[in-house]
Amino acid sequence: MRAYLARRLAQGLVVIAIVATATFALVRLAPGDPFAGTLDGPSVPQEIRDAWRARYAFDRPLPEQYRRYLTNIVRGDFGYSTSQRRPVRDAIAVALPRTLLLMAVALAASFAAGIALGVFQARRRNSFADRAAGAATLTFYSMPDFWLALMMMLTFAYWIPIFPVTGMTDPVMYDYWPMWRQWLDRLHHLVLPATTLTLLSTAVIARYQRASMLDIVHDDFVRTARAKGLDEDGVIHRHALRNALLPIITLFGLSFPALLGGAVFVERIFSWPGMGLLTVGAILQRDYHLVTASVIVGSVMVVAGSLVADLLYAIADPRLRRA
Amino acid sequence: MTSIPLLSIANLRTYFHTSAGIARAVDGVSFDIARGETLGLVGESGCGKSVTGFSILRLIRPPGRIEAGSAIALDGEDLLALDDEHIRAIRGNRVSLIFQEPMTALNPVFTVGDQVAEVARIHAGASRKDAWTRAVEMLTLVGIPDPAERAHEYPHQLSGGMRQRVLIAMALVMNPALIIADEPTTALDVTIQAQILELLADLQQRLGTSILLITHDLGVIAEMASRVVVMYAGEVVEEAAVRTLFASAHHPYAEGLLAAMPRVGRVRERLTVIPGTVPPPTAWPPGCRFHDRCPYAWERCLREHPPLYDIAPGHTSRCHLADEPERRAHPHPPLVVRDAPG
Amino acid sequence: MRPVAVAWVVPVLVIAALSLLARPSSAPPDAAGPWRMAFRRFGRNRGARVALAVIVALYVIAALAPILAPYPPNATIDMIRMTGRPPSMTNLLGTDLTSRDVLSRIIHGARISLSIGLLAVLLSMTVGTLYGAVAGFVGGVTDTVMMRIIDALLSVPRILMLIAVTALWDRLSLPALVMLIGLTGWFGVSRIVRGQVMALSTREFVIAARSLGAGGGRVLARHILPNILSPVIVAATLGVSNVIILETGLSYLGLGVQPPQASWGSIILDGAEGVSAAWWISLFPGLAIVMTVMAFNIVGDALRDALDPR
Repeated sequence: MRAYLARRLAQGLVVIAIVATATFALVRLAPGDPFAGTLDGPSVPQEIRDAWRARYAFDRPLPEQYRRYLTNIVRGDFGYSTSQRRPVRDAIAVALPRTLLLMAVALAASFAAGIALGVFQARRRNSFADRAAGAATLTFYSMPDFWLALMMMLTFAYWIPIFPVTGMTDPVMYDYWPMWRQWLDRLHHLVLPATTLTLLSTAVIARYQRASMLDIVHDDFVRTARAKGLDEDGVIHRHALRNALLPIITLFGLSFPALLGGAVFVERIFSWPGMGLLTVGAILQRDYHLVTASVIVGSVMVVAGSLVADLLYAIADPRLRRA
Repeated sequence: MTSIPLLSIANLRTYFHTSAGIARAVDGVSFDIARGETLGLVGESGCGKSVTGFSILRLIRPPGRIEAGSAIALDGEDLLALDDEHIRAIRGNRVSLIFQEPMTALNPVFTVGDQVAEVARIHAGASRKDAWTRAVEMLTLVGIPDPAERAHEYPHQLSGGMRQRVLIAMALVMNPALIIADEPTTALDVTIQAQILELLADLQQRLGTSILLITHDLGVIAEMASRVVVMYAGEVVEEAAVRTLFASAHHPYAEGLLAAMPRVGRVRERLTVIPGTVPPPTAWPPGCRFHDRCPYAWERCLREHPPLYDIAPGHTSRCHLADEPERRAHPHPPLVVRDAPG
Repeated sequence: MRPVAVAWVVPVLVIAALSLLARPSSAPPDAAGPWRMAFRRFGRNRGARVALAVIVALYVIAALAPILAPYPPNATIDMIRMTGRPPSMTNLLGTDLTSRDVLSRIIHGARISLSIGLLAVLLSMTVGTLYGAVAGFVGGVTDTVMMRIIDALLSVPRILMLIAVTALWDRLSLPALVMLIGLTGWFGVSRIVRGQVMALSTREFVIAARSLGAGGGRVLARHILPNILSPVIVAATLGVSNVIILETGLSYLGLGVQPPQASWGSIILDGAEGVSAAWWISLFPGLAIVMTVMAFNIVGDALRDALDPR
């Protein structure tokens, strides 16, 4: 068990190293370099351009640049962000918790709702309720995140203006409010972006949970549970659900990339100043250091997510616990 | 024998309504089980014997259905008339089931102690602690070594034989009047099979439980049962005391089963098997359902569905040979041999 | 404008109702060949038939766009009086902020979105199948290395990867966009194919073929590839819906299809700024996306049920 986790951790590190290398290669392959946009103009003297390039070792041979790049990452030094005008690490330190908040709320809400809906559907298999819920989940499953975000905004911020349009706090009043009111304001701003992500993610989870339940109810031990005299609630909630939740744990690990991708759009549309907004801004402004760092941070989150899923799986499944 | 049997099944019909047609898995089965008796229910796979067993506890799931006109009475109480809550009160309590596959019949995410204790919690309303104590007791009873330790283990940590013992323990928690054992030893090694059968026989002696032993193995019947019901194509084709059946089986199908049974001390040149396979339950043959595999069949068997003839007191057979015994003298190759598909 | 607050929900519900028709079919035993049986099982699924018809209709509309669209996609009708007009008899789905007909742009956008979907997936499936087949067939260290690379590639959200690459390369031509989307979409398929190949290469008929002296390439082409076709077909169908969402997403960010060319994503972008006032510009192309993606998802699910009966 411990050995298994150690191996998975090592695999995760290899994955991150590959991502870092690929990102490095990508940036070098792209036309121009990080300074092309900001420095390469007639107004900037050649010496200054050279000085900046030398400062970031862009005048060195590629292998050396690569070595420096990797050692810097290991030290947690991602360089300077030209678009944020501060070290990349600081920019990420501010943005990351905001994205994590958004993702955590969406994860918790969508797993709760998705599991409940999936179980409900499986119990009433092929009933009208099941098929109506199936149609709803399929619809959200087929919806582009940016469009849903836009429509949510249109509906609940403009037409029925009960939630703020954008941002994380009220731009004017926030600083004058007492603490409790500030919290309320943050919560108020969180509702629409979090709901958008939750709706999309719930659809995925409910579909999966329903299928997983329907698989399990054909297993022999479910029949055993019935033969014991257990009622249908006991059979479903105690015996079937406990087993059907195991594959959902895997889905938990897999949902990180999707949520992160969804966060990019949702943050952009609701101007939620997290990693997604930061990354898109960095890309549009050719802020190479920030782009590289964002991609690496993203892959670290994904790898961490799948590690956590593995760990949870090992805890939840007695067959793995002592293996 | 008391006047009312413990369990009485009359004209049980369990049909599966599938898109490919109605599968008449159990088609008019009747038999009784007396108190303290072990009744063997034997037949090839697909003959409806397991469905019969599950029907008793109404564990048939859609598209399966127990058809109107069927009757199952436990101690004179009509089980088919009970509402869901009352049939649940009987399952695992007065009648319990032991399943064929000890590998999959236990829930992999609960400890075996939990799973045995659950029965006591459902039916006796026992507290968590009392139920656990009872579970350990039961595990002791079925001969699991270090039961207090083993109760904390998960099914995958136990061997097949141990798992089957756990299933038996689970069935015995409430001291049931009847145990339905569906192929309890099929999935086990030969030596373990003997141990499990011995255990069942011993427990029955001590507890006075009736057992409905469902199996395809006449050897198991010979060892365990006093009476035997032979099923073919959803019907009872012969019922007799075990000794009678082994000495003078009447129905050609039962005869075939006995001939196909490997026996100690009998040297055989080759394995005898009944030619052909059980027909699909959506299309039972007309007339006698066994006619296409029968070495004695004549035109009457194609035409006329045989009733259960009385051969002797307590011995019935669904074969026209009871009417025309002289035809037994002239066996011939079966009329049609249906090959196994694929 | 408040009475129409839920206006966008209504067409979504209508589209959703389509999927109510979908019903898992329970197939009776059948003596025909596996492909015929799969075909029949698929045919029995009412929702899948409707969805397939929707897809065919969409491609026909895309092909006939110049004939069907009432206006050329980039024609400005009247920059002074006709900007941001709500749906009317002359402009069924309204006009955008530069007075172009939204319906015409959606019809022409279908060409872009649908063809990118098809071509990119074709590319993904080819690359993924080859990569997975090689990994599964060669096995050993090669396989381990190849699969670690896949793990790494899968750990970066695809949209993030695409945003990064498209942004670095500046304005992308359409073929380059197709290439990029296609080349970021094969990781999952290669995993599926590898698994299948590994499972199959220990099966009797493959061992038999090998023992008869068939070379690796021959075994792969003759015996293994046909057997992995069905999971790949399913992955491809679901892949199209994925690609459509990605392409529209990129175009929405202004990184995909470049203006003034119409893609469903870029039309939504055109309407996003003024969404509170001119909601129709963003609403209708979104509905087109939902409908298309859903049709592909329904067909993909039905194909999976039909090809892999359990």
